[in-house]
Amino acid sequence: MLKRVHFPTSLLPYLLVAPQVIITLVFFVWPASQAVYQSFLIEDAFGISTEFVWFENFAYLASDEQYLGSFGRTIFFSVCVAVLSMSAALVLAGFADRIVRGATTYRTLLIWPYAVAPVLAGALWVFMFNPTLGIFPYILEFVGIDWNHYLNGSHAMMLVIFAAAWKQIAYNFLFYLAAMQSIPRSLIEAAAIDGAGPVRRFWDHIFPLVSPTTFFLLVINAVYAFFDTFGIIHAVTQGGPANATTILVYKVYNDGFVGLDLGGSAAQSVILMILVIAMTVVQFRYVERKVEY
Amino acid sequence: MASITMKDLVKAYGDTEVLHHIEGDINDGEFIVIVGPSGCGKSTLLRMVAGLETVTSGEISIGDKVVNKLEPADRDIAMVFQNYALYPHMSVRENMAYGLKIRKIAKAEIDRRVREAADILEIGQYLDRKPRQLSGGQRQRVAMGRAIVRNPQVFLFDEPLSNLDAKLRVQMRLEIRKLQQRLGVTSIYVTHDQVEAMTLGDRLMVLNGGYVEQFGTPIELYDRPATLFVAGFIGSPSMNFLPAEAKDGTLTLGNGATVSGGGHSTGAVTLGIRPEHLMHDENGPIGISVQMFEQLGANTLLHGVLEGTDTEIVASMPGHVSTGEGSVMRFSAEASVLHVFDAASGKRIEE
Repeated sequence: MLKRVHFPTSLLPYLLVAPQVIITLVFFVWPASQAVYQSFLIEDAFGISTEFVWFENFAYLASDEQYLGSFGRTIFFSVCVAVLSMSAALVLAGFADRIVRGATTYRTLLIWPYAVAPVLAGALWVFMFNPTLGIFPYILEFVGIDWNHYLNGSHAMMLVIFAAAWKQIAYNFLFYLAAMQSIPRSLIEAAAIDGAGPVRRFWDHIFPLVSPTTFFLLVINAVYAFFDTFGIIHAVTQGGPANATTILVYKVYNDGFVGLDLGGSAAQSVILMILVIAMTVVQFRYVERKVEY
Repeated sequence: MASITMKDLVKAYGDTEVLHHIEGDINDGEFIVIVGPSGCGKSTLLRMVAGLETVTSGEISIGDKVVNKLEPADRDIAMVFQNYALYPHMSVRENMAYGLKIRKIAKAEIDRRVREAADILEIGQYLDRKPRQLSGGQRQRVAMGRAIVRNPQVFLFDEPLSNLDAKLRVQMRLEIRKLQQRLGVTSIYVTHDQVEAMTLGDRLMVLNGGYVEQFGTPIELYDRPATLFVAGFIGSPSMNFLPAEAKDGTLTLGNGATVSGGGHSTGAVTLGIRPEHLMHDENGPIGISVQMFEQLGANTLLHGVLEGTDTEIVASMPGHVSTGEGSVMRFSAEASVLHVFDAASGKRIEE
């Protein structure tokens, strides 16, 4: 039996973890508990009185068509962003894994978008797709598409999906490339000798072998699409037109800070919090499963 | 089954040439071992035959077809890798069937061939396991199974036994040899282990620094090594090298002792004597100041220096010898087992 090593008790270990604990308490636990408390309150329109109403805010959300619509949109948005950015990253990483010359340059260029702030990424796409000035609407006109994301909800949705997915490609690319490079070269060579061409090798070996990474990225991308896309939405569409791009996290902001429905907004953010906790649990539970080479 | 021909084969990375003008003919059904120290280019040479490395210049043919430009898949070869390179996400059965499946062979035929190979290698009961559930030796068998189901013209082995423990290695070595003789498939086997090379190969190609030092049967290499390198590399414990001066058929060693040999050569030479050829002889010309004994059981290795010099020398004596450290023991050797090499070029000087 191994015995645990005992160190003399001292203040030092507590001091060393103190900064992390304080940051967590001040910036996470405190605001989170405030949000939970707030979600049980209803404030009158003038902010003079508040009433403790238990779950009334949540009950209202469950029957609010706008909220349920936003929920559906968020799921659609997240699935599109995750699938689009992950498949693009997978293809790019597949190429990057094969090339020898200029690999570093190629990799560096692909990683750059990750350094772009979400709002800036949004701004770039707004410029490119501006119905009157942008280059893409100009090109699309030749194939008969009248692009206007200020008026057309589907166009607006597509635009935020593109912008959000584009920004996440770099991150996914890095993980996929690392996963592919940890596959022993001889495995791929063995497949080549067995007669598999590059495409077949990719689907038969590389794709199954990076599946733990795929699962990990799926969770990460879902979390990203749910929570970190606020900046993009805010810069590109502000949730419009007619709420066509109001995803949950944007609705929290809009209802709380624009509509000043603090209780309802807090209830929404509590629901989001539960979602992210659930996703994190899933991730910790299953991502540990690793492929053995 | 096919012969393999390498003609003036060169491999260079940029300006650095790592394989220099390799020539070699491998006959149909022959078992060739490429042996050399690490970094000598032996794996690169094998990978060029496999098609995993490009050929800088020269020509490789399998059968009568030049394969320089062919993809590995089109060369009709199978390769066993050092780390086995089994597909971790596939069962043993799928691993073995993979190559056949790609070649669109009928399902019944695949099953038959996998079953047959599994029987030969005695891995029938593991067919539904994943590679990670197998021991090192079993994985090794699966890797060989994957090679033999394909029924290729050539087997390539890239140090397949180096990840196994000593006992298993000896066992697998015998099995590989038996398997190759039974199937009669032309094989190239790369190793750095000279014992493996001696026991497995019909012929050995000794590589050093990208040059072929010698290409011949194990006994040829042992009896008539062409260079100092081969002489030192083949045989265990390795050959003793004593600097000597040759004149009129007599070799004068560093301490003035003389041994007959050296033929017509004159000047500085290196005399090579294998430890097992040094005979204990009270009147022998070679005196060894004994430093220590290594007891191996069946025989004893005597480590010392040539009397009066600091040239290290090892002699192998039968049975148990343990007394005499610090004394001088005398040895002689038959003229027929002496090897004389040019001191400058390291080339063998023929009698």
